[in-house]
Amino acid sequence: MRALDIEGLDVDLGGRPVLRDIRLHLDRGELVGLLGPNGAGKTTLLRAVLALTRTRGGTVTVEGKPSRPGRSEIGYVPQRHEFTWDFPISVEQAVMSGRTGRIRLLRRPGVADWRAVGDALDRVQLTGLRRRPVGELSGGQRQRVLVARALALAPRILLLDEPFTGLDMPTQELLGDLFTSLAAEDRAVLMTTHDLVAAVDSCTRLVLLNGRIIADGQPADLQDAELWTKTFGVSETSPLLKLVRAT
Amino acid sequence: MSITDFLTDLLNPDLAFLPKALAIAVMSSIVCGVVGCYVVLRGMAFIGDAVAHAVFPGIAVAFVLQGSLVLGGAVAGVATALLIAIFSQNRRVKEDSIIGVFLVGAFALGIVTISQAPGYAGSLQQFLFGSITGIPDRDLYVVGGTGLVILGLVLALHKEFVAVCLDREMSRSMGLSVFWLDIVLYVLVTLAVVISLQTIGNILVLALLITPAAAARLLTDRLGVMMLLAPLIGGVAATVGLYLSWSYDTPVGGTIVLVATAVFLAAWLFAPRHGLLTRRWRRPGGQELGGDVHPSPRPALSQAK
Ligand SMILES: Nc1ncnc2c1ncn2[C@@H]1O[C@H](COP(=O)(O)OP(=O)(O)O)[C@@H](O)[C@H]1O
Ligand SMILES: [Mg+2]
Repeated sequence: MRALDIEGLDVDLGGRPVLRDIRLHLDRGELVGLLGPNGAGKTTLLRAVLALTRTRGGTVTVEGKPSRPGRSEIGYVPQRHEFTWDFPISVEQAVMSGRTGRIRLLRRPGVADWRAVGDALDRVQLTGLRRRPVGELSGGQRQRVLVARALALAPRILLLDEPFTGLDMPTQELLGDLFTSLAAEDRAVLMTTHDLVAAVDSCTRLVLLNGRIIADGQPADLQDAELWTKTFGVSETSPLLKLVRAT
Repeated sequence: MSITDFLTDLLNPDLAFLPKALAIAVMSSIVCGVVGCYVVLRGMAFIGDAVAHAVFPGIAVAFVLQGSLVLGGAVAGVATALLIAIFSQNRRVKEDSIIGVFLVGAFALGIVTISQAPGYAGSLQQFLFGSITGIPDRDLYVVGGTGLVILGLVLALHKEFVAVCLDREMSRSMGLSVFWLDIVLYVLVTLAVVISLQTIGNILVLALLITPAAAARLLTDRLGVMMLLAPLIGGVAATVGLYLSWSYDTPVGGTIVLVATAVFLAAWLFAPRHGLLTRRWRRPGGQELGGDVHPSPRPALSQAK
C-alpha cells in the first residue's frame, strides 16, 4: 500500500486555478523534495493532502483511505512563521501541543503523552533544551521544535513546508541529515522548498511544481534546462541553471 | 483616609453599596485577568475594544426598556463576537476597518437610544465611566455566576485554546475545530467585558482586560504563572483603586485603571528578565541577551546518519 497517492487533483482558491491535474505518489522510505517558486502552490498541495482545503477534483489517498484532519497518520510541519514564537511556553510544552488532538477534552497529558514527547525531543536532539522558552531559540532549533511536535504523534508520513527557508548553510545541512534519517526509519517524507542546493543534496526524488507537475524523478534525471526554466520562469542564463548543471 | 477607616466604612450598614462594589470589582478583575491572558497573547485587543463598544446599544435598549443591563449588554456583545469570528476566519480580508466603522456606528446608536430615556445624562455618565452606587443585589449573583462559568470553561478548554493560539494551521491539521474554539473564546471575552462594565465603565473596560495580563507577561515566561499573576494584579488593582477612589473621591473606574497601569509600568521597568532598566543594568555584567544571540553549540545531529 502506498503511503500517499494523489490522482488528478485540481484546487481553486479565490476563484482562480492554483493546482491542476496533480499526480504524485509517495512510498515509505522516500524523502521527496517538492520544488517550485513562490506561489507555485506548494503549501496548497500540502494543505490538500491534509484535507484542509476544498478540492475541485481528484483524490488524495493516505494509506489506502481518504485523508481526514486528525485521523490520518500524517505529521505536519508548517512554515516557521505560522507559530507564535513569543508565546510563554517551554520547548517540551510546545512539542506536547502537537498531541492536543489526541488528548480527550478535559484531560491532561498522561504518561504515554510525556513519553511520546520525550522520544520526539530525543529524536531531534533537543532534550537538553526542553525547559527553555521557545522565544529564546535560534532558527534551526525552532525548526527542530516543529519537527519534534509533528513526531510526537509518531506519524508514518511527514509533510514539511519550507523547513530550510531563512536558515544558514550549516543549519540546513544538519536538518537535511535529520530528514534523511527520518525517511530511512521507514517514514514517507515530503518536503517543499525553493532552495535547490539543499534539496538536491538530501532528497531521493525531486518533483518540480508550478501549478502543475513539470517533472518528477531522481536529481540526476532532471538535467534538462527547459524543465527548470519552465518551473521557475527564469532565463537560459540564470545562475540557477548553472547550479543544475553543476550538480 | 486610613485603611482602618476604609475597613470601617466597608462594614458600615449605611454604606452597604461599598462592599458590594468591591466584590463586583474584584470578581470582574479576576475574570478579566484570566481571559485577558489569551487576548494579550493572541494580539486580539481589537476584539475587546469592538465588544466594549458594541455592548453599548444593548445596554441602552435595556435601560430604556428597564430590563437587565447585564443581559442587554451580553446579547449585543455576543452577537458582535459571532460576527467578528465569522469575518476573521478568512485572514486575507482586512476586517479591522469594517469593524471600526460598524462599532462607532453601534456606539452612536447607543447614545441616541439612551437619550430617549428621561434623565439620561446621569445614566450616560455611569455607563461610560462606571459607578459604585446603585448596583442591585441581583447583579452580585449574576456577576459571580457568570464569572464562575467563564473560569470553568477556560479550565476545560485551556489546552485547545493554547494550541490554537500557538498555531492555527497545525491545530486544523490535528482535527481541532478552530472556528468553534474562536467563537467560544470571543464569547468568553464578551462576557468578561459585560460583567465588568458596571464598576469600570464602558470606556475603560479594555484596560481591565489588557493591562494586568500584559504586566504579568512581562514578569514571567511561563503561561501557568502568567495566568495566576494576571488575576492577582487585577484583583489588587481593583481593591487599591476602590480604596483610593473612596478616599479621594475620584471616579472609581479611572482610579482602578490607573493603579493597574502603575503596576504595568513598574513591571515594564523592573521585570526580572524583560524589564527595561533590569536589562540595562545587566548588560555591563557581560550577560548579553541570551539564547537568541548565542545559540547553544551545534549538536552532532550528523552522527545519526
Ligand atoms: N486563501 C487564498 N485565497 C486565494 N488565493 C490564495 C489563497 N492562498 C493562496 N492563494 C494563491 O495560491 C497560489 C499558491 O499559493 P501557495 O500554495 O501558498 O504557494 P507556495 O507555497 O508555493 O509559495 C498563490 O498564487 C497564492 O496567491
Ligand atoms: Mg508556501
